Amino acid sequence: MWAPMGRGRWHGCALTVWATAAAHRGILEPRPMPTRGAAAKSRSQDRLYSSADRKEKIDMSRFSVENIRNFSIIAHVDHGKSTLADRLLELTGTIDKTKNNKQVLDKLQVERERGITVKAQTASLFYNYEGKQYLLNLIDTPGHVDFSYEVSRSLSACQGVLLVVDANEGIQAQTVANFFLAFEAQLSVIPVINKIDLKNADPERVEKQIEKVFDIPTDECIKISAKLGTNVERVLQAVIERIPPPKVHRKNPLKALVFDSTFDQYRGVIANVALFDGVVSKGDKIVSAHTKKIYEVNEVGVLNPNEQPTHKLYAGQVGYLIAGMKDVTEAQIGDTLYLHKQPVEPLPGFKSAKPMVFAGMYPIDQSEYNNLKSAVEKLTINDSSVTVHRDSSLALGAGWRLGFLGLLHMEVFNQRLEQEYNASVILTTPTVPYKAVLSSAKLIKARRAVQKNMVYIDQNRVMLKYLFPLNEIVVDFYDSLKSLSSGYASFDYEDAGYQTAELVKMDILLNGNLVEELVTIVHKDKAHSVGKAICERLKDSLPRQLFEIAIQAAIGSKIIARETVKAYRKNVLAKCYGGDITRKMKLLKRQAEGKKKLRKIGNIEVPKDAFIKVLRTQPDNDGRRNRSNVTGI
Amino acid sequence: MALPAARARGWAAAVKMAQRRRHAEAPRGSPSRAPPGSRAALYVHWPYCEKRCSYCNFNKYIPRGVEEAAMRSCLVTEAQTLLRLSGVQRVESVFFGGGTPSLASPNTVAAVLEAVDQISHLPADSEVTLEANPTSAPGSRLAAFGAAGVNRLSIGLQSLDDTELQLLGRTHSARDALQTLAEARRLFPGRVSVDLMLGLPAQQVGPWLGQLRTLLGCCDDHLSLYQLTLERGTALFTQVQRGALPAPDPELAAEMYQEGRAMLREVGFRQYEVSNFARNGALSTHNWTYWQCGQYLGVGPGAHGRFVPQGAGGHTREARIQTLEPDNWMKEVMLFGHGTRRRVPLGQLELLEEVLAMGLRTDVGITHQHWQQFEPQLSLWDVFGASQEVKALLAQGLLLLDHRGLRCSWEGLAVLDSLLLTLLPRLQEAWQQRTPSPVQGG
Repeated sequence: MWAPMGRGRWHGCALTVWATAAAHRGILEPRPMPTRGAAAKSRSQDRLYSSADRKEKIDMSRFSVENIRNFSIIAHVDHGKSTLADRLLELTGTIDKTKNNKQVLDKLQVERERGITVKAQTASLFYNYEGKQYLLNLIDTPGHVDFSYEVSRSLSACQGVLLVVDANEGIQAQTVANFFLAFEAQLSVIPVINKIDLKNADPERVEKQIEKVFDIPTDECIKISAKLGTNVERVLQAVIERIPPPKVHRKNPLKALVFDSTFDQYRGVIANVALFDGVVSKGDKIVSAHTKKIYEVNEVGVLNPNEQPTHKLYAGQVGYLIAGMKDVTEAQIGDTLYLHKQPVEPLPGFKSAKPMVFAGMYPIDQSEYNNLKSAVEKLTINDSSVTVHRDSSLALGAGWRLGFLGLLHMEVFNQRLEQEYNASVILTTPTVPYKAVLSSAKLIKARRAVQKNMVYIDQNRVMLKYLFPLNEIVVDFYDSLKSLSSGYASFDYEDAGYQTAELVKMDILLNGNLVEELVTIVHKDKAHSVGKAICERLKDSLPRQLFEIAIQAAIGSKIIARETVKAYRKNVLAKCYGGDITRKMKLLKRQAEGKKKLRKIGNIEVPKDAFIKVLRTQPDNDGRRNRSNVTGI
Repeated sequence: MALPAARARGWAAAVKMAQRRRHAEAPRGSPSRAPPGSRAALYVHWPYCEKRCSYCNFNKYIPRGVEEAAMRSCLVTEAQTLLRLSGVQRVESVFFGGGTPSLASPNTVAAVLEAVDQISHLPADSEVTLEANPTSAPGSRLAAFGAAGVNRLSIGLQSLDDTELQLLGRTHSARDALQTLAEARRLFPGRVSVDLMLGLPAQQVGPWLGQLRTLLGCCDDHLSLYQLTLERGTALFTQVQRGALPAPDPELAAEMYQEGRAMLREVGFRQYEVSNFARNGALSTHNWTYWQCGQYLGVGPGAHGRFVPQGAGGHTREARIQTLEPDNWMKEVMLFGHGTRRRVPLGQLELLEEVLAMGLRTDVGITHQHWQQFEPQLSLWDVFGASQEVKALLAQGLLLLDHRGLRCSWEGLAVLDSLLLTLLPRLQEAWQQRTPSPVQGG
């Protein structure tokens, strides 16, 4: 945990997410004609095409390994990563220099609205420095450690990173997390202090922070304003000077790392690859080290950032490859591709995405089930890290239990469903995986937070590390932390494995009758507050009836919380004369119709939306995240 | 239409005579024995007000100037057209509502009554009610309405607290209201009703009961207690929405209602409907017709009616609504003789649903005889007798089903809308089981 006392910004405003293989284009926008996307999207793509309108296929052989640099930009949210990327693209002529280049790589509505990067992009920049033509591959890595294993995988395609830090806010939680990922991958780290044009910028203080926390000498920091373009050229030069070229061999047999994949309904899977050895060209027979399936390469090319076909791709280069793969799961991130009959040692560390946060997802109306089903299928085809299991709830009908890599991943998925497929869903409280021991109620998980580490970064900031149970974080930790620190604290987390804990099953009763839909697993110490919250919410959403309703939360036979819905004392329209009759009858019939859909628990009629209100995670009204659902009961 | 003054005066005089007679006989609702199809009640809507009340969402307009002659002529024309269309031979009550009909000239009232009497028969003892607003109805004016044929007044008193009256956007004070009430009682003894509202924002039980007690000291034989309904689109609704006013507390309103009706019962008022109380048999005939699902014609902008257009050869009861906006309505009346905007034929089941929902609002509820008039095949016992859910309501003491019929208990009346949510689906179910292929809406 990270709790600076200075002017930090709390997690969640603008995160960079690596939604595994989550391509925005495939289904929505048949390439290469961007006709169906949002206006802004099309505009940016048109522009990209016009500026990079190279009819001739580029001969990639002229970029020898020494003239290639593979790097990525890592940063805390809002520290200017996307703006710097825009400037680098402009400076290298990859895109035209216009005033409209804002987050060029962020094309989805959700990305622009939230200021986050959901879909990672790769861009090959051609840059002339001291008479030599360089190929600089900017591999956009995710900034959020929800996806840390993928970060490591994509960083493995790089030799260096630009670590962007806001000159005003200084080091934040994700700065630290990302730095260590790059550090562990043994990459060169170029610290870039951004936003020096801001009035309150204090680059000297930030330099000292970087020196203290990351042990990087202050003179290695490049102070820039990505917004104004100040010193951005120096960043490119530093990339060439300080980041080593990839250690690869063109002569060796092909060894290519798949670090991203997207799906295009016309062309199939498009795999983003980094070549560690060898050469690949159209017509080559390649094999997936993971599936051992053989494919024939239909197209290779570079991304700038749209696909630009080339004759070949050579060792050290980064680009894309289309080889008749029909499903994104065939191009798993981290997989190694090699030439048929020339097997190589696969690159290390391949593992499947492991969901960390689960949520129930149900259509608002069961008649929407099929539409939602097809929307979920379309989205998951481009995001294989989302696990999908069919589920059904007495209250909400048929739906799914979805597994996400993290909370933001879940939010973004939900938002994309709404924005891109116009599907509204009920998202129930996220749950985290538990491992059951025997058949008792004792499950394994971590319990109360244990302080692991505390470092003062400077006079204003302290970094605290705690071991937390994931469900504690998932539930209401974000909000609490935010309100305690008046929004200044920032926060990040990573998986620390399973630990034992005491969990209990909590029942909700209406006049003594069990409500199956609301049975909850909760930590023993939290049972009281969670039970009380559920009872209160149920009280607010249960309509009054002709008798009193007792709402109780119980563990076994012990009642731990209670609320009462009083009986109706008066429920009759005051004025009912000639002109009121039609209206009154309509209203009564609608209510009577609604009553048919009520679920009876004992003699109590419970409307479906009462469960929805209790189960649905509470909307967060915080600006950019206004449509998201993080916290729950 | 020019009114022959002498004839109008003649009708009014007969009314006066009848009034005395009727009062002496202490009449009650549902008076006539004439066949139901040949009689009807008539509602006349006067759409104008001086000022918008903060709680009112009725169809009313604040005009810069009313062309009363044109309005009068149109009301008369439409009344004539609809009466002919309905084939009604006897109009048993007329109700001038609004808007603020006491702003209309007595002449207009007289013209409409005269036309009604011409086309069909308006017996001298028919109930003719005028809604009156305390400020627009000084004594002299009330007398003129009496001379025009009005024999019952319904006064929109609403509150005896000046702060509350202001909150409601009323133009009168409590003193104005009491003065108007006194004058009305002098002119229409035993034939005056007052409205009192309850459940206003910030209103407390004790002071409200005080108002009711004061009113009981000076009111006539009819009283209506209306719980405020916050209607969308009203100033009051907006104020509550914005938080400028506290939302009315339903618990307090329920308490006012219970305490209020108990108090009225003690002093000899009969709660003959959810919101209406009468003593000495002074029930409103006109409103009784609504709750008994009798025929009624609606004349004027936005007026509602429910009748069988027998004059045009029809056999199905229709729900009708006239064009809302006065200018458009007048144009239509001048062109077509009426401004009926919508006609919806009511199916048999729909009619029975209304019989149920309206009838249970009254203290007598739905008698077996009453039900049989509408549905000779399927008795109340058939419909409700075997239902477990209905039995539960009977056991709870909210509902009564016996040899007299189906009705709410004292407690049940206050929660009728909840009871109907059980009764209406039961009726639908019984109806569908009864008729193998139900033809709806026919």
